Amino acid sequence: MSEQIHLHVNGVDYPVTIAQERNLLSVIRGEIGLTGTKEGCDDCECGACMVLLDGQPVNSCSYLAVQAQDREITTVEGLADGQALGMLQRNLLEAGGVQCGFCTPGMLISATALLARTPEPSEEQVRIGLSGNLCRCTGYTKIVQAVQRAATELTAG
Amino acid sequence: MSFTIARTVEDALAAMATGARPIAGGTDLVVGARHGKAPLPSALVAIDRLRELKSCERTADGVSIGALFTHHDIETHPLLTTVYAGLADGSALVGSPATRHVGTIGGNIMNASPAMDTGAPLAVMGAEVELRSLRGSRRVPIEQLWTGPGRTCAEPDELCVAVHIPAPGERANSAYLRLEYRRAMEIAVVGAAAFVALAEDGTIAALRVGLTAVSPTIFTGDLLGQVGRSVADAAAVAAELSSQQATPISDVRASDRYRRHTVGVMARRAVEAAARRAAGETIDIPVNRAIGIGAAS
Ligand SMILES: Cc1cc2nc3c(=O)[nH]c(=O)nc-3n(C[C@H](O)[C@H](O)[C@H](O)COP(=O)(O)OP(=O)(O)OC[C@H]3O[C@@H](n4cnc5c(N)ncnc54)[C@H](O)[C@@H]3O)c2cc1C
Repeated sequence: MSEQIHLHVNGVDYPVTIAQERNLLSVIRGEIGLTGTKEGCDDCECGACMVLLDGQPVNSCSYLAVQAQDREITTVEGLADGQALGMLQRNLLEAGGVQCGFCTPGMLISATALLARTPEPSEEQVRIGLSGNLCRCTGYTKIVQAVQRAATELTAG
Repeated sequence: MSFTIARTVEDALAAMATGARPIAGGTDLVVGARHGKAPLPSALVAIDRLRELKSCERTADGVSIGALFTHHDIETHPLLTTVYAGLADGSALVGSPATRHVGTIGGNIMNASPAMDTGAPLAVMGAEVELRSLRGSRRVPIEQLWTGPGRTCAEPDELCVAVHIPAPGERANSAYLRLEYRRAMEIAVVGAAAFVALAEDGTIAALRVGLTAVSPTIFTGDLLGQVGRSVADAAAVAAELSSQQATPISDVRASDRYRRHTVGVMARRAVEAAARRAAGETIDIPVNRAIGIGAAS
């Protein structure tokens, strides 16, 4: 059955008419047109599709879009600072934590959620915070360092 | 498929009375449907906005945890991470931060996977599940809830509203560990929970062990014969009995022989960790990480 629902993404209200079994990822990319969020495994394992739902990380590939209606959704586009890169994005680039870039949106989402609840994470806490995100290029070390640099910048800030 | 959002528990019960299946976080239901394990039910009622099921309260005889309490809520709750530590050990191991923020305790136990991580700790602590339908309410000891892999004794119209756990009492606590190869996004190869109460002289006053992923449902046993013995002796017996009583299968994660052996090791460590906690020591949640199971990062 199709239904008209409202999705609030990055502060903007989007009315969309969708089949009720559609996953949130396909609606964000296909209907709303925000393609920063990626489809990787499409099976809840890789984290490329991660978005924030009311501030908490969710694998959008396996979440029903209808279940997200009227809640605050944040995608990687919402982490930018206007046209400039957000603080975490900049740190990830500067630390060399981006190679092919496919996992990057999901990494940024998980790191945002982590820093919101743990402003000064240890390396172990960063690794646990990012444990739902797979990266096949970097070996993780520089991603972890980038998140720790961002945390230092935030707490100094 | 039809999908509705329940605003009250009564809404949810009314929808379930007409055949709708509840969806909480959907981390089993939606993921399973996408795997082709079971198609999405033809009618779903979302229960994730029912505030009254998101609480965790002390009661006269213990604690009541609302069905929508998430694994993240559990692994960070001051009472659950100390007095009911085995449960927090289990929740802290579930999936990734995303899985833990979305996945609920109600979904975990109602999904009835033999590999679920909250099942064994809840069983050894003597938890009861409160089921509610338009026809009324009842409480079921949690071991009686599970009737087979993916099956419970709940009627299709019964909503799990809460899990009740009795207070452990003086000098008693619990622990849960699982064997895993990585330290994240794993399913238990095997797991074991222990509830230990100590006598004043430090010997065993009560001991219950629960095993994960070695039988069609969570396996639990009271080790009555260990009362009065030392923790070390009791832990050794628990290991032996666990390996004996397990009826594991072979699959991609491990052979039956390997599971039978390692479940004993997990049981021994669970008894030791629960006993240390019962004696007043703090061991970080989850015990798995505290004692270094899984590859180091
Ligand atoms: C990547 C990933 C990793 C995972 N890792 C683990 C793990 O390590 N350990 C583990 O134990 N689990 C794991 N799981 C499974 C799952 O996340 C948990 O079982 C979770 O607790 C399920 O909760 P939910 O709210 O998402 O359930 P849902 O998917 O919403 O529901 C599951 C089932 O229970 C029913 N149900 C839900 N709530 C109720 C209720 N209140 N009353 C009656 N019936 C109800 C539903 O109808 C459905 O049949 C993992 C899942 C994923 C996707």
